[in-house]
Amino acid sequence: MKAQRGLGGAALRALAAVLAAAVCSVAWAQGTQATQAKSTADGIAEYRAMLADGNPAELFEAKGEALWKTARGPKHATLQACDLGKGPGVVKGAFVELPRYFADTGRVQDLESRLLSCMQTLQGFNAAEIAATPFGKGEQAGIDALTAWISSESRGMKMNLPQSDVHEKAAYEVGKRLFFFRGGPMDFSCATCHGADGKRVRLQDLPNLTKNPGDGIGFAAWPAYRVSNGQLWSMQHRLNDCYRQQRFPYPGYASDATIALSVYMGVNAHGAESIAPALKR
Amino acid sequence: MNNKILVAAAVLVAGGCASMAPMPDVAKLTQDALHSSFRDKGIAKVSRLQQDEVQAACSSDRAPSNAELQHLQAQALASMHWPTGGVYLGDWKAGEKLAQNGRGMTWNDKSAEPAHNGGSCYNCHQLTKSEISFGTIGPSLYHYGKLRGVSDPYSPQSAPIVQYTWAKLWNAKAYGACSNMPRFGHEGILDEHQIRDLMALLLDPKSPVNQ
Repeated sequence: MKAQRGLGGAALRALAAVLAAAVCSVAWAQGTQATQAKSTADGIAEYRAMLADGNPAELFEAKGEALWKTARGPKHATLQACDLGKGPGVVKGAFVELPRYFADTGRVQDLESRLLSCMQTLQGFNAAEIAATPFGKGEQAGIDALTAWISSESRGMKMNLPQSDVHEKAAYEVGKRLFFFRGGPMDFSCATCHGADGKRVRLQDLPNLTKNPGDGIGFAAWPAYRVSNGQLWSMQHRLNDCYRQQRFPYPGYASDATIALSVYMGVNAHGAESIAPALKR
Repeated sequence: MNNKILVAAAVLVAGGCASMAPMPDVAKLTQDALHSSFRDKGIAKVSRLQQDEVQAACSSDRAPSNAELQHLQAQALASMHWPTGGVYLGDWKAGEKLAQNGRGMTWNDKSAEPAHNGGSCYNCHQLTKSEISFGTIGPSLYHYGKLRGVSDPYSPQSAPIVQYTWAKLWNAKAYGACSNMPRFGHEGILDEHQIRDLMALLLDPKSPVNQ
């Protein structure tokens, strides 16, 4: 019931924001170019502020917390013994230290990858099957919700990925190479869009991810609720869509390349405050 | 006592090994990650990760040497395809539609043929006064022809800039080996006809770009 009311409020605010955006676009057409650019940024900031106290990501957080604590899967177990890097069951502060190296799997893992491991080991799910499930369907939807809740438990903390293990250092270097790796018919790399300050695609601001882009920007903002499509996207989903737009082949869910890229971005964002799950256009 | 010493020695060795663990071969790990992480989907095949000389040279945070840049640019210029019959300009209205269209070449697109692709120009460039939703990865092209004094694109005085513009659209790497701009003609993203239309958008005095 509470969730229902929350959603209604959010929907109303979204509608108000859309109306405001429509008014803004008329204003843009009349103003000078400089004013237009400012109005756009202001408009978006205003729009986010209007939604801030009713970020629909909260609904996903609640679902994720319930999933963590509910006995599920063939082994009928909860995820409460899952070690996200700070010891079994420790959720607070785990998000801002991921991806990191896990000795039990022998892999550097991001949050999504680690959840797959825990779901397989503790609950008896088939991790490969879940990884191959389309975004937003079946257990994938559950992982999205789990990332929303787990990241919310580190909200306001500073990104602090460990780099003491040689695997973590290697993952950073691999991630850096992948970030600058050009391929596909359009010769794009991640750096094409995210390698310099103050750039945009159309009206969308592009964070410079080769350094700390600031609090709550880039790596410190995902997972996020996307108002434009009403979906909650994890970082894995975000990276997948980046690669689609790069015209690359399809990156596997929780694949080594996506995790290495996350290490590169996460380490670069050291000290940035996490606002995840954030609210995006 | 002896056991304790052995344990202590083992701890020292283990600790020493951990801190001295050599950095693995990052280049190999990167190739492994590419191979294990990507798969074909629709028209976007893993063969897209096979880099050509330009892509390989421009894949780090350091620019290639000047000699290599010159070599790659000369190569791009030498392989240039010039318009059939010397017809450089098409229809700026069709060009504007292409400039607006950012579609094509993703794993969701049914065909990689030029007819299914846009030019994505506004993603990165300002072009006209009326379109305020433009990106800034590339320079503003507003008044492109006008600023370059092109009043008649087919006049002899206009020939150098007209040819330069064609070459830039066909293979942008001819003037900057590591340019962010795609090689629209060279890579078969757009065909000759579509590039003529984009040429008109940039250079036709009647195009909104030059108003």
